[in-house]
Amino acid sequence: MDLLSTYIVHQADNALILGHRNSEWTGHGPILEQDIAISNIALDLIGQARNFYQLAASRMNEMDPGRNVGEDDLAYLRDSNEFRNLILVEQTNGDWAKTVLRQFYFSTYQFLLYRELVNSSHPDIAAISEKSIKESRYHLNWSSEWVIRLGDGTEESHHRMLQAAQELSAWIAELFLAVDFDYEAEATHAGILPEILKAEWYQRINKIFETATLPKLSSELKPLQMLSGKNGVHSEHLGTLLTEMQFLQREYPGSHW
Amino acid sequence: MDANPHSENWPLWEVFIRARQGLDHKHAGSLYAADAQMAIENARDVYTRRNEGISIWVVESKNIHASNPSESESFYDPANDKVYRHPSFYHLPDELKNI
Amino acid sequence: MLPEQVIFDQKIEQEVRIEPKDWMPDEYRKMLIRQMSQHAHSEIVGMLPEGNWITRAPSLRRKATLIAKVQDEAGHGLYLYSATETLGITRDETIEQLHSGRAKYSSIFNYPTLTWADIGAIGWLVDGAAIMNQVPLCRASYGPYARAMIRICKEESFHQRQGFEILLTLSRGSEAQKAMCQDAINRWWWPSLMMFGPNDDASPNSVRSMQWKIKRFSNDELRQKFVDVCVDQVKTLNMHLPDPAIRWNKKTGHYDFGEINWEEFYEVLKGNGPCNRERLEARKKAHERGAWVREAASAHAAKKNNLTNSNIYGRQSA
Repeated sequence: MDLLSTYIVHQADNALILGHRNSEWTGHGPILEQDIAISNIALDLIGQARNFYQLAASRMNEMDPGRNVGEDDLAYLRDSNEFRNLILVEQTNGDWAKTVLRQFYFSTYQFLLYRELVNSSHPDIAAISEKSIKESRYHLNWSSEWVIRLGDGTEESHHRMLQAAQELSAWIAELFLAVDFDYEAEATHAGILPEILKAEWYQRINKIFETATLPKLSSELKPLQMLSGKNGVHSEHLGTLLTEMQFLQREYPGSHW
Repeated sequence: MDANPHSENWPLWEVFIRARQGLDHKHAGSLYAADAQMAIENARDVYTRRNEGISIWVVESKNIHASNPSESESFYDPANDKVYRHPSFYHLPDELKNI
Repeated sequence: MLPEQVIFDQKIEQEVRIEPKDWMPDEYRKMLIRQMSQHAHSEIVGMLPEGNWITRAPSLRRKATLIAKVQDEAGHGLYLYSATETLGITRDETIEQLHSGRAKYSSIFNYPTLTWADIGAIGWLVDGAAIMNQVPLCRASYGPYARAMIRICKEESFHQRQGFEILLTLSRGSEAQKAMCQDAINRWWWPSLMMFGPNDDASPNSVRSMQWKIKRFSNDELRQKFVDVCVDQVKTLNMHLPDPAIRWNKKTGHYDFGEINWEEFYEVLKGNGPCNRERLEARKKAHERGAWVREAASAHAAKKNNLTNSNIYGRQSA
């Protein structure tokens, strides 16, 4: 896969894996209305993933006329070392605090990213970003409010938010680390280097954290050694997730569903 | 309903939706939310999943004073981009009846 | 008779809807609360057998449509809880009835979803049966119930078509997929027929329910209609229904069909179905695990309110 296609697939993988995680709450949410809310977010993300996968697939097919791949080949037939999502999004749901914090971190990042990508030199990337940014903004607002409610709610919810922040802290640094496909995309202005989002990301997070009575995040967080989701080196969670997600396609190869 | 701030019980809200410009807000139903912002978001999720850009009002049920029951029918049209919610999205053989 | 009773009876007679603040017989109110809340519980519990396959849906399109369908069911539950509350009972009280076992939900959801084809079978048969029950309810005598049902019926047709299309795709696929399709139909057919309830002569609630126009057609009428429609539709799938007794009856103009296993029906209703315990446990667990979330949101809302109040009165908040 060429680097620009990989850049596009990276966007899709982020959205698919997080959408998949959120969908695990369906039927088990803390109250019916929130079950519906998080399912809506899952649907938005899966929709974004589909758009990016379809774009990547058509690009790959154009570049190699012998090839005929579709969105499902990309989603269901790659092993975990070929997935390029951030490790943050493959983390397990944990409790509601961990889920909303994971969403808050990712949606802040994704919103800022889409804000840049609407000006992408690649018209399809720009178009998808334009369509998706409204959803991203909604996810950002929804999760910000929950971070505030839980951070400044009861003692228990505050404690759980601290716990969630602790668990997810290892995965923040990766948001702003560029890999080969980022450099390629940036060179042609199809994309950007994620480090340009860092300052504003921290500013937004900490502003909400302040209202939520949560301690500020340090911007000196280091990425964990030897792991890089964007390079296909994931946490153990992705393998299990893909085993479940891809099972039918693997069990019945070549079938139409 | 419940004045204890630390109970799990959220207040009940009545939801009013204006489906299109030029129409009035109509009562669509009720839902539970902890605060007004959540109520509006929930209303959007529950009562407008198939449409966007319409106006939502939420009022805590306790703040509604009624004399007679009011009409609360509400209609909306499905949005264009979430096409899988339309029955017509599915390709079923013509000879299939009753579905 | 009291004048209110006369007015009530006239409304029923003239198809004028009964609204929340109208006088109604106590038994009418109780019957509605029971039927509507159980209908709501069914929608919520019904999310579980299908939700079971969301993470394993075999294509992105199927994944998205399944999430949307299950989400719709949550919404339907919500409309129905909302309508039930107009009768003077809270959602929490009805949920307590569900969790304690005092309230029932549709038994069909006590069956397991073992393969992807089950998702198709549920859409075609279970939603198909539900639609048949639900369309007449759009004219139920109680206004909020009828309106909730109108909204639900609009969304339901997408569900049935989705299910049928899943089966159609399987029926045109590999030998393994065809076998999967037939197997699912074999397991879901009879429980779907049971969704229409006992035979009319074994159904005491129905008489009153029909007099008060909460129920419009009898169990057997609806079940017969359902059989007739499905016998026709299964031909498109090149599959068969697991009932050798199905035969066209020229005299009645309907399909005769075999005897339902009523022992299974009553056992599952009593709690001895394959998944009764799991379904209820899942709902109780979600509710219990959600308690701290609901408390936190309430606490935060109260803090915000205190802040607002103290600003109005110029006092520092406590």
